[in-house]
Amino acid sequence: MARLAGYRDETPTVRTLVLDVEGWPGHLPGQHVDVRLTAEDGYRAQRSYSLAGPDSGERIELTVERLPDGEVSPYLTEVFSVGDPVEVRGPVGGWFVWRPAATEPVLLVAGGVGLVPLMAMLRARRQAGSRVPFRLVYSVRSPAEVLYTGELRQPQPGVDISYVYTREAPEGFPRPPGRISVADVNSGGWPPEFEPTCFVCGPTGFVEAVADMLVALGHDPSRVKTERFGPTGG
Amino acid sequence: MTSERAEWGRHQVDSEMYEDGNALAGPLGEIFTMDVTVAVSRCAGCGLAGPVARLHVYRHAPGWVARCPACEGVVLRLVRGPDSAWLDLTGAVSLRLPMPTL
Amino acid sequence: MGIVSPGFRGRPRESGPELPPGQYLTRDFPVLSAGPTPRVPLDQWEFTITTETGQAHRWSWADLMALPGDTPTVDIHCVTKWSKLGTNWQGVPLDMLMADVTTDADYALVQSYGGYTTNLPLQDLRDGQAWIAYRFEGEDLAPEHGGPARLLVPHLYFWKSAKWVRGIQLMLEDEPGFWESAGYHNYGDPWREQRYQGD
Repeated sequence: MARLAGYRDETPTVRTLVLDVEGWPGHLPGQHVDVRLTAEDGYRAQRSYSLAGPDSGERIELTVERLPDGEVSPYLTEVFSVGDPVEVRGPVGGWFVWRPAATEPVLLVAGGVGLVPLMAMLRARRQAGSRVPFRLVYSVRSPAEVLYTGELRQPQPGVDISYVYTREAPEGFPRPPGRISVADVNSGGWPPEFEPTCFVCGPTGFVEAVADMLVALGHDPSRVKTERFGPTGG
Repeated sequence: MTSERAEWGRHQVDSEMYEDGNALAGPLGEIFTMDVTVAVSRCAGCGLAGPVARLHVYRHAPGWVARCPACEGVVLRLVRGPDSAWLDLTGAVSLRLPMPTL
Repeated sequence: MGIVSPGFRGRPRESGPELPPGQYLTRDFPVLSAGPTPRVPLDQWEFTITTETGQAHRWSWADLMALPGDTPTVDIHCVTKWSKLGTNWQGVPLDMLMADVTTDADYALVQSYGGYTTNLPLQDLRDGQAWIAYRFEGEDLAPEHGGPARLLVPHLYFWKSAKWVRGIQLMLEDEPGFWESAGYHNYGDPWREQRYQGD
């Protein structure tokens, strides 16, 4: 059982929930939880959300995008209030994870709110004092939809971030808006000879395209780890 | 896994109907104490071996159906009823599980 | 029952006397899929009824279109708990396709392009209870809903109405299909709420 301890609005449609979970066993960045909601009449709905933060005791963070047609996300981002209980199961998933003891370079490629589990990796890197070089290629529709803006703007030694705006770019941004291309992945990523671990998260079509690009660029498919959010995209 | 899954009643493009095997971590975690998504499964159809986390998972269905990313053959099925779970692994020749060294 | 989430109601749900137990009304048409959508060109499409002796009766797409179609209006009930009332279909009654088929079989295994199967007693496909449907609400049946043609057997849970239907194998012995072999009820009557094995 978890209780909402607080929240932060990341954008007008995306909220980070800070939850206290009694007996939380700890987690690795990239893992997710299943959130179960039960209505008064017993009706239940379950969704999976990535953990947004690194392991920090019994406190976890989930970043949830509100979908206009959604059943669960409007509740979690608009109704769910500080002090309210919620059933959380996890952490689960041991494959799409970054272990802070790892030494190979890391490439993160995020599509939209697919940034969330990758952000957990960046935060875990900082928390662990790791010097492993990270690169993040972050594809997002417009500057207004960038998550964790302030935190991403803070320079961090060993972390390079490049942005791909798909619909609307900030003024003076050199790259015209458009879908992520092999050039973006190439220039924002690592040469395959560095043998980086690549984590790709986003909508299914995005992940499919980026994973293909990475393999075409010469990355070993076994080092390309993907997480699709599935049919609903955002 | 950052967004709402399994939205009910939305039309979807069928080529985008699947997720990664990672999504099985929760439902399989109800059954097994260890994380089966890191296990390597071998497809009974084409012989491809790879992590369960890489299977293509269809969940907009009465159960979870995990298919081989190469041949799309069914490797694993999981149905969760109110008081039982059914797990079918006939599509997997074997599962190789990471274990502590003896 | 889990912890009740204060203020959580979930998707608006209506139930009523016209709905089987545990079902909710939907106005949408949810897409359920256990695999990739097969694409079968109409000039290669074929529907086959095979008897227990191996005798095959085949229809091409043109053959099927040449048969007079029914336009049933039916309620459909998905085991995932949505129901949709008064849906309009066009299709060929199974009775018409079975007319020249001689069989002693009691059971049918319905087979789809893409490998899906479902089983039911043969009598549930007779007497105006089942169709090979190719139009929905006045339009060609969309691939995600089973087009070009699906079985329509609305008195059972909708997983029995196999999408992308390819053929029916008639059998003396019953054989469980895709979901029936993975925990779902062998028969699947929504009014008796036969969702899972043992229900």
